[in-house]
Amino acid sequence: MTDTVDVAAHTAPPGPPGLRPKIAVVPLRGLPFSALALAIVVVGIATNWKWLLMFSHVVGGAMWTALDLFVGLVLGPIMGRMSIPARAEFASKFMPAMVIIMPTVVTMNLGAGFQVARFIGNLSPSNPNHAWLIGSFCVVGLMAVIALGVLEPANIAVIFEMNKPVPNGARIERLMKRFIYTAGITGILQVATLVIMTRLTSR
Amino acid sequence: MTTTPTSNEVDRPYPPIAWLTTSALGLIIIGGVLLASYAPRRAPLAVAVALLVAGAVCLITAWAMLSRLKVFSWPTFTKVFKWALLAYVIEAGVIEFAFVRDHTRGSSLLIVSLMLVIFATSVPSTIAFTVARYAEVTP
Repeated sequence: MTDTVDVAAHTAPPGPPGLRPKIAVVPLRGLPFSALALAIVVVGIATNWKWLLMFSHVVGGAMWTALDLFVGLVLGPIMGRMSIPARAEFASKFMPAMVIIMPTVVTMNLGAGFQVARFIGNLSPSNPNHAWLIGSFCVVGLMAVIALGVLEPANIAVIFEMNKPVPNGARIERLMKRFIYTAGITGILQVATLVIMTRLTSR
Repeated sequence: MTTTPTSNEVDRPYPPIAWLTTSALGLIIIGGVLLASYAPRRAPLAVAVALLVAGAVCLITAWAMLSRLKVFSWPTFTKVFKWALLAYVIEAGVIEFAFVRDHTRGSSLLIVSLMLVIFATSVPSTIAFTVARYAEVTP
């Protein structure tokens, strides 16, 4: 138990419990950007505007892929080597941002992507790209289960734990590891997405 | 030194609620991939319905287990569930809108809609349970 309390003292955001600023679970400043991104997707679908759909798909996909690869394969290992107070300080800023960014870029990418596939004919079973497209659906489905069922709950639970007067450091460590490992898995799956998408556009 | 079951220092044991809600999500996503892979043709609805029912059973079982919990931070669960539900209802709404715009109609649209209902409730259930299981319980 003593160990837990000691780790907690290091893992909590800096400052005595009463004086520590609360971490915003959902950074409200980010919501207008998220709403704008979703509005762009809805307008694209409603108007069947091919360029806007392609824009949403490419921007959302590029951000999603880059973030997953960067967090899973670059940032994760770096965070693992950081001191516990430094990691806690970083996580208190980074995790709330991810709560807004990830669902937004995923919705942009998938919502617009399906429409783009329909527009350019990849959904047609006779299209030579059809099998690759189904492959991308499967990879994205697997990533969605990992991201929504494991990664995001861990992300939000870390923020709530950090906001407690006396956070449980061992628990934060465990949840952060879950976050970083699952981000690594989705990062590797993103490589498969890159292969499929480049195949689709080069045929 | 002893710790109480409501203390923040212990992880209270709970039934596999998050596993069940995530399984519901997984089944629905498999169903969604199946329907999408057949679009614009008509997908084999029997398989889609079987996946939908299996997902619903997982989710209802999870909720039944949740409702029987004695030592649990219900205020935390409710607070997180409400906000997550709002976010995922919006997300499900965008997906539903895309299917409607793509002229999905009849039984296919009904199955997609029910799948989206499970999607929009299973993810908030997983998030809220994961947060509330570690929240301190006021005795």
